[in-house]
Amino acid sequence: MSASTASTTPAAPPSPPAAKPRISPVHIDKTYPMWFYVPGGLVFLILFIVPTVLSFYYAFTRWTLFDATFVGFDNFVTFFSEPGLIGSLVNTLIYAFVTSGSKVVLGMALAVVLVQHIWARGYLRSLTFFPVLVSAVGVGLTFQVLLNPTDGLVNAALGAVGIDGPRWLVDPDIALLTVAAIDVWKGIGLATLIYIAGLVAIPQEYYEAARVDGASAWDIFRTIMLPLSFPATSTVIILSLIGGLRSFDLIWTTTQGGPGFASDVIASVIYKQYQAGFYGLSTAGNVVLFIVVTAIIYPLSRWLNSKEVVL
Amino acid sequence: MNFKKHGIAAIAIAAAAALSACSAGSLGSSDDDTTSGGAAAEKIELSFLVDNTETSQMTAQAIADGFMAENDDVEITIESRPGGADGDNIVKTKLATGEMNDIFMYNSGSLLQALDPTNQLVDLSSEEFMSRVDEAFLPSVSSGDKVFGVPFGQAMAGGILYNRSVYDDLGLEVPTTWDEFMANNEKIKAAGIDPVIQSFGDTWTSQLFILADFHNVTQAQSDWAEKYTANQAKYVDEPAIKGFQRLEEVATAGYMNEDYATAKLDQALTKLVNGEGAHYPMLTFVVNTYVTLADDAAENIGFFAQPGDDAATNGLTAWTPAGIYLPATTEGEELEAAKRFLDYVATPEACDAQTEAVTPTGPYMVQGCTLPDDLPQAVLDLQSYFDEGKASPALEFVSPVKGPNLEKITVEVGSGIRSAADGAKLYDQDVEKQAQQLGLEGW
Repeated sequence: MSASTASTTPAAPPSPPAAKPRISPVHIDKTYPMWFYVPGGLVFLILFIVPTVLSFYYAFTRWTLFDATFVGFDNFVTFFSEPGLIGSLVNTLIYAFVTSGSKVVLGMALAVVLVQHIWARGYLRSLTFFPVLVSAVGVGLTFQVLLNPTDGLVNAALGAVGIDGPRWLVDPDIALLTVAAIDVWKGIGLATLIYIAGLVAIPQEYYEAARVDGASAWDIFRTIMLPLSFPATSTVIILSLIGGLRSFDLIWTTTQGGPGFASDVIASVIYKQYQAGFYGLSTAGNVVLFIVVTAIIYPLSRWLNSKEVVL
Repeated sequence: MNFKKHGIAAIAIAAAAALSACSAGSLGSSDDDTTSGGAAAEKIELSFLVDNTETSQMTAQAIADGFMAENDDVEITIESRPGGADGDNIVKTKLATGEMNDIFMYNSGSLLQALDPTNQLVDLSSEEFMSRVDEAFLPSVSSGDKVFGVPFGQAMAGGILYNRSVYDDLGLEVPTTWDEFMANNEKIKAAGIDPVIQSFGDTWTSQLFILADFHNVTQAQSDWAEKYTANQAKYVDEPAIKGFQRLEEVATAGYMNEDYATAKLDQALTKLVNGEGAHYPMLTFVVNTYVTLADDAAENIGFFAQPGDDAATNGLTAWTPAGIYLPATTEGEELEAAKRFLDYVATPEACDAQTEAVTPTGPYMVQGCTLPDDLPQAVLDLQSYFDEGKASPALEFVSPVKGPNLEKITVEVGSGIRSAADGAKLYDQDVEKQAQQLGLEGW
């Protein structure tokens, strides 16, 4: 622990090591029998473990709900030859990295502004956070109306200043990025909140020392705020990346993966298989999604944790 | 400082909780059975599951009321479910878990086949009332030699709805070949009217040029559907690829309304009725919707079948009505009462009750049923094709093979994202899964 923690610890008397194991493991066993685990354990077993294990089985079957035939790896072969699946994998990655990256940069920028002593700070902080509170479905449907290329408010406003607005959600080239932008608008408040918490946690002493040394505002940002808010950065990256990789609700309510397959992500492809009644296939898709998310998030989170500096 | 670090952790946890809360499934729309407990004693209570469109609800209520007027020992309550793919899932889940209502209404044709009717539904082939059901309806509700349903509502057609005053003003004739249709479109465009309305905001509406072309396919090759089911005929080849090409032709000629990519069904109908657009490829069940949009809409909107290459074989692609089915879980006195209900549905009185509640959009498929004289023009137009025998059932009633992605592919072809040939090829791949899922031979 660093100097800042050391300054608080003397208040509490250091506990002698001998006094620590007052409660022996045996005592815990006697007071809290294993039976205490049963209610929670049962719920977890029935609602989580059993379906998860079953889903790994059903992923290898052709399942109509009425009966299931074992087909080996057929579902995975079909899933990977699904029209636009490769496209949807690429789309998923683009979507996740674009939204995650924008949230880090914009969230940081907003947070830096919102921790300063500025006018109406509390109001502005709430304003930034409000979109997080709105349901994704509501946001999606609202933006669908706002971004309508012929009579939506956004293009009408652009038209008023002489700009011919793009076709947003129905242009196959930019549909995905449009949805990503909506996602950033909706999720930025959470990233900002985490950053504000991270920035506020940096002790004032560092700033004071830097100012005494004659550091500029940019130096302070680069050498103090940026490295010391790294725990917040890694939290934002992990949360928004997971959110982006399995994003579904916003994409489904704005474009349904369209036009055609232009903004399909893995989750929307899986949902379409389920809609079509290919239950085995969509289960296989979920297993694939699980593996993709784990393969990206696990090493990333290990790496980010290893980079974290202690305050 | 410790406190502040905990603060971050707490916020991170709260944030994670907030994120994961977003994903909680909201599937169950709580459509619980509404079996009223202490109602009048001894009445047999039946619940009847119907999709939630206004037309279906009113039709169902009309036949239920008609039946209960004659059978006062039975009480039928209507329960609604969503349509489309969500509805399919609800019906499948209810059947698979044994929770299905006593009676339910569902599509006939390929969608019914996906319900595993042989094991899930009550076979009605030995019932006396089935002899009163039109022969043409039976194949779409049969599997092997078993028959499962009686018709709900009327047959309808897929083809092209057109604005008759636009045609009168420009001196146009109803086309009987595709070339005539395209020539009309050119004149309509020159007059500053959108020749063809499309509404990709409701993606399913984009499929009509392909689906309604099926009469032309069967005219060119009568056994195409059988070969298609057996994996021997494909959409990439003639004659079936024509539907994709026709959609592409209309799109590349710039005949579509400017907002085709976002317009929805209702907006498209409004354009048609107002004369902003001249043609709208559609199913005729929308007649009930557009007649309310303008006073003269009933007379002003006509219908013609999608034209093909040859005027001599011009005819329409017909959709048989949905069916009313009994799940295998309906037993005992409920089953007996439910069969009495189906018996009633297959009578001219039931047809008349439906006509009174909802304007018919096509002929009934029960023997002895007649249509009133004061029908909207489009229904009269399509009726004349039936009367002349120039009608073929749509592909979904003669083959169980239908891919889930057709509407996405037709949006792409209609928007110029993908060519007709590519679209047809992609759709051929798409149907493979459905065929394998059904366990068809040759796939």
